[in-house]
Amino acid sequence: MSAHLIQDEPDTRNVLDRTTQGIIGKPLSRPDGLLKVTGTATYASEYDIEGCLEGVLVTAPFAKGEVTSIDDSSVTGMPGVVAVLNDKRMTPRAIQGTAGEAPHTGLCKVDYWGQPIALVVAETFEQARDAAKHLEIEFNSEDAIFDPAACTPEPDDDPTRQGDLGKAMSDAEHSVDLKFTTESHASAAMEPHAAIAQWDGDTLTVHASLQMLNYNISELADAMKLDESKVRLVARYVGGGFGSKLGVSQDIVAASVATMQLGRPVRVVMSRQQVFQNVMRRSETSQRLRLAVDHHGKLTAFGHEALVSNLPEEDFAEPVLQSSHFLYAGKNRLLQSETARIHRMTAGSVRAPGEAVGMPVLEAAMGELAEKAGIDPVQLRLDNIPTKHPATGKPFGSHKLAECLQRGAEAFGWDGSDRTPRQRREGEWWIGTGMASAARVHNVGEAKARVTLHDDGTAKVETDMTDIGTGTYTILGQIAGEMLGLSQSDVLTELGDTRFPRGPGSGGSWGAASAGSAVFVACEALREEIAQKIGQPVDALTFKDGLVSWDDGSVILADIANGENFTKEGHFEPGDIAEDYTASGFGAFFAEVAVNRWTGETRVRRMTGAFGFGRVLNAKTARSQCLGGMVWCIGSALTESLMFDPTDGHLVNPDLAEYHVPVNRDVPDLDVLLVEERDAVASPIQAKGIGELGMCGGAGAIANAIYNACGARLYVFPMTPDKVLAAMPVD
Amino acid sequence: MALNINGNSFDLPNDPRTSLLDFIRREAGLTGSKKGCDHGQCGACTVIVNGERINSCLTLAVMHDGCSVTTIEGLGTLAEPSALQKAFVDHDGYQCGYCTPGQICSATAMLDEIKAGMPSDATDDITAAPTLTDEEIRERMSGNLCRCGAYPNIVAAIREVAGEAT
Ligand code: FES
Ligand code: FES
Repeated sequence: MSAHLIQDEPDTRNVLDRTTQGIIGKPLSRPDGLLKVTGTATYASEYDIEGCLEGVLVTAPFAKGEVTSIDDSSVTGMPGVVAVLNDKRMTPRAIQGTAGEAPHTGLCKVDYWGQPIALVVAETFEQARDAAKHLEIEFNSEDAIFDPAACTPEPDDDPTRQGDLGKAMSDAEHSVDLKFTTESHASAAMEPHAAIAQWDGDTLTVHASLQMLNYNISELADAMKLDESKVRLVARYVGGGFGSKLGVSQDIVAASVATMQLGRPVRVVMSRQQVFQNVMRRSETSQRLRLAVDHHGKLTAFGHEALVSNLPEEDFAEPVLQSSHFLYAGKNRLLQSETARIHRMTAGSVRAPGEAVGMPVLEAAMGELAEKAGIDPVQLRLDNIPTKHPATGKPFGSHKLAECLQRGAEAFGWDGSDRTPRQRREGEWWIGTGMASAARVHNVGEAKARVTLHDDGTAKVETDMTDIGTGTYTILGQIAGEMLGLSQSDVLTELGDTRFPRGPGSGGSWGAASAGSAVFVACEALREEIAQKIGQPVDALTFKDGLVSWDDGSVILADIANGENFTKEGHFEPGDIAEDYTASGFGAFFAEVAVNRWTGETRVRRMTGAFGFGRVLNAKTARSQCLGGMVWCIGSALTESLMFDPTDGHLVNPDLAEYHVPVNRDVPDLDVLLVEERDAVASPIQAKGIGELGMCGGAGAIANAIYNACGARLYVFPMTPDKVLAAMPVD
Repeated sequence: MALNINGNSFDLPNDPRTSLLDFIRREAGLTGSKKGCDHGQCGACTVIVNGERINSCLTLAVMHDGCSVTTIEGLGTLAEPSALQKAFVDHDGYQCGYCTPGQICSATAMLDEIKAGMPSDATDDITAAPTLTDEEIRERMSGNLCRCGAYPNIVAAIREVAGEAT
């Protein structure tokens, strides 16, 4: 029934290159596409459940202190109001990704402005919303620190120190020593966090908007003090996650408490403002870059230091230096990151934690270094690609940085011979170009999936893996179809239910390689069983279009199943290989911008991204992931910034009108090059993740283009018009 | 006191606080229209009322006595999707799909606005009939946020359908 693969060695068999169905990698449209475009895909809050009550969270109007009393009677007489809940089990903070437990419970102690303190439940949404506004509470608030620079940070307990950075800097032919800041980001997934919880006296079933059900079931069970076997989570469609739905959020636990207490189903949907105020922010960062090259243009010094922040008692720290550890060579190295404890909402994963802010800063600094040294910035990068991890010495899996730089440069029409800024003007716009490398560590996790071959010749894939827009439904079906010789329409993929075999879920770009490998392992076992039935070695068989054929015979797949369903559960686990290699996706960005000489407004005019991320499982959905990443580059370069009031710590811009994500007109046509490779180290399907790579560095390319266009060298992201204008030389 | 949604008549709600969006999603049971912000900031709730696209979260259901509302469910079905719905699938004009019904309702009405000669910020000569350049599409679709960043594919889908239409 079950097939288990622990990957200890590189898998160079490239099985999916020898199969013949010919659908793997193809730009097939999504099987769930028609559901999405007709409005019939059902998201968490949209299940029509009889007798469902509506819950609205009440949040704290102060940043730190204690709720001393909640006057239920202030609202219990209002029409439709059923209950006011403030229960020890409820979670005040969204749970960090992969926590698998609920470390914080109880709402009375408040640690950030906007933290949930109660849930008001009523018959209708309008009634609950009104009552939530009228709930009277008493509290004691205390002073709190909101500014990361205002406290003594916790030091890095594992810094990297090699050689003598200071000496290398002073000895160097050319060097830069630069300080940057980046502002906090919000995931701002379009679907607000939402849950419908139903308790039937024995089992708690929750439809929720979540990315990682296997961890989430443990988190919710822990919060509710239930056995995991008494909890079921369903998330068939998720309206975007970007890290904000990695862990169980406050709405889910509140709805669960309410349904168990009230004996009726309860729906809790966060308002957009609550999503901004309650769910993970990406930490703001301060970073210092010290880079030096010798007269050959080889890096001799590489220093990258960061200060990030989080609430007290949170383990997560934005891993700013993650790819800096291995992206470029340089013997003398210092990498360290400190964490300040402040009272802004929880800092956690927002798309590409670490690289999203570390890479643009590194790449902006590399741009300035290239200028100082008089080297084409593409060449500077090409000349400093290490052959192995500079600190650990571990070899790389496949490594496509050089090819991405070269192919991207060619496609973009890059000319690095003269990088003097302020050379091109069109009317009131300065025009310039810039580039950056891309890197994002490869993650992979233990995963299970069940594949069933039916006697009508169709197959079904089942796993609790989620599709948060990434294309999971599409690629898992393609892997199974490719392995079993079936067309896309003959494979049904069912996801997002903890009743299915479990895996790591979506996050850290690991879903495709992890769940995909589990499907692959299950299909290998099915192929093996079919081979045994036929009495041929599996390598002698060709699976195509529902037919299994060999040298001198063939049989219809449906006939082999012969009235029985063939089912295998694939169980994939990354083994020693994860310890033995450095695995990462690589790429390159090229951008052309126009900067308005009077207003400082920056418009991205075109952008090219070239990415190597192992086997491409579907060229259409993979390209879409890259496009999305590049759109996020534009946002983080130019507009996205959470702003906190320095006196009371409240988030000043908690909505989509004030937190500026790119709109359609901010995004030009984007050119994406998928640089094919096979990474035998990454997974048995030779694939790496692509959900995040597309935003890891591109904001640096835009920063470099702004400088090249108008001569404004900025050390702060986002580069809003006021800042660009202030930094622009007067002409 | 009734409003018409996709050809079906619904009595207006008793609670005057009910937004048109909540009425559509809850009372009419048509959850294709999405709530992304409830404040007119994202466009996920876009529906077509008497031929014009609006943010249905920004208006109350009781204000629409006698109005004719078309939601995403009224534009096409699984069996018979509209040309735009098909084009969004072909061009991967979505990822998570949450903004998608709003994008498609918006695009459907937007193409009619072009036909009616309505200018936009991207129109060079506002006295001439607008032509559907990519910049026009981008400008006119900028009220519909897509956090997944499917914009280039959304433009491609609309461009294809508009090209066929003209
Ligand atoms: S939900 Fe109406 S505009 Fe966002
Ligand atoms: S498809 Fe996810 S927000 Fe547009």
